[in-house]
Amino acid sequence: MLVFNQLETYLYLALVLFALGLYGVLARRSLIAILISVELILNAASINFMAFNRFLAPHPAVGQIITLFIMAVAAAEAAIALSIIVAVYRKLKTINVEEATELRG
Amino acid sequence: MKFIGDFLTPQGLATVAFFLVVGLTLLGALIAVAARNIFHNVLGLALSLMGVAGLFLYLNSAFVALMEILIYVGAICIAICFAIMLSEPLYLPRPPRKPLKILGAVAGAGAVLAFLAQLLKKTQWTPAAERSPDWSIATLGHYLLTKYVLIFEVVSLLLLVAMLGAIVTARGGRGSS
Repeated sequence: MLVFNQLETYLYLALVLFALGLYGVLARRSLIAILISVELILNAASINFMAFNRFLAPHPAVGQIITLFIMAVAAAEAAIALSIIVAVYRKLKTINVEEATELRG
Repeated sequence: MKFIGDFLTPQGLATVAFFLVVGLTLLGALIAVAARNIFHNVLGLALSLMGVAGLFLYLNSAFVALMEILIYVGAICIAICFAIMLSEPLYLPRPPRKPLKILGAVAGAGAVLAFLAQLLKKTQWTPAAERSPDWSIATLGHYLLTKYVLIFEVVSLLLLVAMLGAIVTARGGRGSS
């Protein structure tokens, strides 16, 4: 059994990628760094879908289509998030989440 | 000698290339979350996404791999570069890291990792009884325009709205505000 022909390899890899992204979301303070970590998490989900699609699914087109939808939604999310980051920087002169706390009571 | 001979079979070479791709993915992800310079983070993300595209090749889908490079590396990473250039200058001193926060994040992510790894180890995956061998892109396009046409249209609407929203939100630069 080859290592790249096993479902578990891909699932563990996606798990590590997800955990790294989660660490980034929790630990980083720059908004852009948080966005980068979110992209890693989305990619982990994509790998999971593609792996299940390759090894388990009844029809191989479905997982690929879902992965394409994930990419499209991630692109929309990145565009919106980046424009918000630029607007926040212009307003508050910082993109550090510990300093940009206007809403705190 | 036998060891080297094992590597020179097609399977052996494919395995070596697979480990290279996996290493690329994990190294890129590590750079993306751990490096201090935000620009290095983006480059790490691009490296990691190239690795993920390689994984998609191993998962039998060259089309999605190409789309991954095109959309993620080609569009999202470049957009993030633009956002970096339009926001905080890189030469400003960055506040020092707080060890407690890093520790908490490692603990949180580690807990999730351990829990999901346990779950993964316990689960038995059973393939579908009847699996179609049809991997062609033509079928993919056919599905997109018949069975999944509603989602396809909604996603295109979402992209349009997101584009307009991004323009409206990021407006008001030099001169206008």
